Amino acid sequence: MTEKTLKILQLYPRDMNIYGDWGNVLSLSRRAHAHGLATEIVDYNPGDIFPEDFDILVGGGGQDSGQTVIQDDLHRIAPVLRSAAESGAPMLVICGLYQLFGNQFTTVGGEVLQGIGLFDAHTVGSEERLIGNIVIESEEFGTVVGYENHSGLTYLGDGVERLGTATKGEGNNLDDDGEGARVHHVIGSYLHGSLLPKNPRISDYLVRHAAERKFGSFEPAKIDDSLADRAREVAASRPR
Amino acid sequence: MPRPVIFGHATRLIGQGIRYASKFRGGGSAFPGLFMEKLDPGFVERELSALPRGVVVVSGTNGKTTTTKMAVQLLESQGLKVFTNRTGSNFVRGVAAALLGEMNLKGELDADIAVLELDEAHAVHFVKMVQPKYSLLLNVMRDQLDRFGEIDTTRKMLTQLARATTGTVVLNREDPRIRRISQDVEEGTEVAYYGLSEGLRSRFPSDDEMRDNRTPQQAENLPEASVALTSFEGTRTHLMIGDREVTTDINLYGIYNIYNAAGALALTLEIMGEDADEAALLAELSKVTPAFGRGESVRIGDRSLQLLLVKNPAGFRLSLASATGEDYATMITINDEYADGRDVSWLWDVDFESLQHGGVDVVSGTRAYDMALRLEHDDVSVRAVNTDLPSALDEFVRGSGDKPMRVFCTYTSMLALRRELAKTTEVADIG
Repeated sequence: MTEKTLKILQLYPRDMNIYGDWGNVLSLSRRAHAHGLATEIVDYNPGDIFPEDFDILVGGGGQDSGQTVIQDDLHRIAPVLRSAAESGAPMLVICGLYQLFGNQFTTVGGEVLQGIGLFDAHTVGSEERLIGNIVIESEEFGTVVGYENHSGLTYLGDGVERLGTATKGEGNNLDDDGEGARVHHVIGSYLHGSLLPKNPRISDYLVRHAAERKFGSFEPAKIDDSLADRAREVAASRPR
Repeated sequence: MPRPVIFGHATRLIGQGIRYASKFRGGGSAFPGLFMEKLDPGFVERELSALPRGVVVVSGTNGKTTTTKMAVQLLESQGLKVFTNRTGSNFVRGVAAALLGEMNLKGELDADIAVLELDEAHAVHFVKMVQPKYSLLLNVMRDQLDRFGEIDTTRKMLTQLARATTGTVVLNREDPRIRRISQDVEEGTEVAYYGLSEGLRSRFPSDDEMRDNRTPQQAENLPEASVALTSFEGTRTHLMIGDREVTTDINLYGIYNIYNAAGALALTLEIMGEDADEAALLAELSKVTPAFGRGESVRIGDRSLQLLLVKNPAGFRLSLASATGEDYATMITINDEYADGRDVSWLWDVDFESLQHGGVDVVSGTRAYDMALRLEHDDVSVRAVNTDLPSALDEFVRGSGDKPMRVFCTYTSMLALRRELAKTTEVADIG
């Protein structure tokens, strides 16, 4: 039997990679290995040839300056991203790219960055930064822990599914307790920490949908998560 | 409105009394400074402005304490009397407290020049009171981001420091964010650089280059460095001063510390100008010892134990790259108290593969399990995970064979380890 390989695309690692976004790619790849799948990690930076045959996309956060750098390129590849999402390709976007996967981001200086509209959501920059440990409850993933650090406040359109409900910390904005967004198999979130190492159920979700989409089936392996569980317990108990 | 002289004098004496008294209570080095700040807000400004050779500020994310210490020693080797905030209390009120400690009872500060370590945020406040004549800007790295927000914010703070500097701004040529500050200095302020030879440049990855495979900055685009680190074998260090190569011994752990020595030397040469005694400077460099927690070493029986402060990805990576893992017994302690930074995601931006051969003996600190999970992801074996620092240290010392020991530790875990070590061995006074 030939080895089944998932192609993991890291979106803009050069400009959008802060707060351990690499940890998500590493963790996802290891998780796929644990489920008996091989992986190939591909970096995509502005101006590169876009690898349309990716199976999972992971994107991270950045400085405001990084968001400006990648903006034009993101719009260039937007049609491919949208059709991949509609056909069920799993994606995880954190922080800065979560914001730009929405409709638009109005910075605190009043500049409007157009997003690619995968999420019906908009973000408004604020003077205040939302910073600290965060715990959310998600129907699909249970308790999810992470760390948030953002000044953008994100508001979801009517009927847009949130990733979870914040029980500690702020999440999307200061007005409601929602955190993150979901559409098709695309997850957007403000949680880093990194997110996936301590929340392997989200990795499992991404790997499962990628495998089912590519190979038609997925046989999950039994994996010992005791270390991740301990790290989650500690993270959830720490001061904000 | 100027305060009556007699009142200022009385205030200072009370402040000095508090400083004397608080020595016996231990710690709290900024407290008497806070007292002075409230009663006599012009105190720091007045005293520092009177120094004949002005004020020097050292700032940046990594290496301030050791670099400041080196700059002080280098200036002293040139015969200057130097005032500094030695206790590492890099706040304005820490400076006030240090001033009180250094004055005689007549209120005279017996110094030619002040060299102050200030973190980025405090430097911004400080320069509103006192304009430094010189500043040395080391680097902008991802550190304590939950406090300052973003790297770009940190760079802006350092730019304000550079703009307030009246004489010369000394910049790390190899950090693009620092190098660009040259465009922002006021007219009439000089700019000097310290740098690396092309051969060494690849060993200092910046945060930007971490996931960037492009070739580093082309040499021909870079400004000339007044001091450049060219190579080193062990402690033997070769530097270029202008176009002359010189050699000295630098007994510090880690290439980043040796590079900072080049920064301190460039700064001192700017200050001394024509009067610089180069032989004395090079001799002094070989006498520099690590600052508290920055690679300081203690003896436990016939073994040595080194404390290596880690606080951001670049620093941790450089620290790992500075020695071969198999040669040491290794412990890692990660706390997430406020002074460490609550966010531990930076651990994911450090490659730990160099520890695969030797493994890690003990992982500890409040975030021990985060660290263990991180090591697991890089296939590094971990012998024990123990969140309780004192028992973890004991476990490490007893169970790690006879190799020299090193502990990579975050700030508050380092303080806790020092307290533990001080119970059984000689650890230098924190001050």
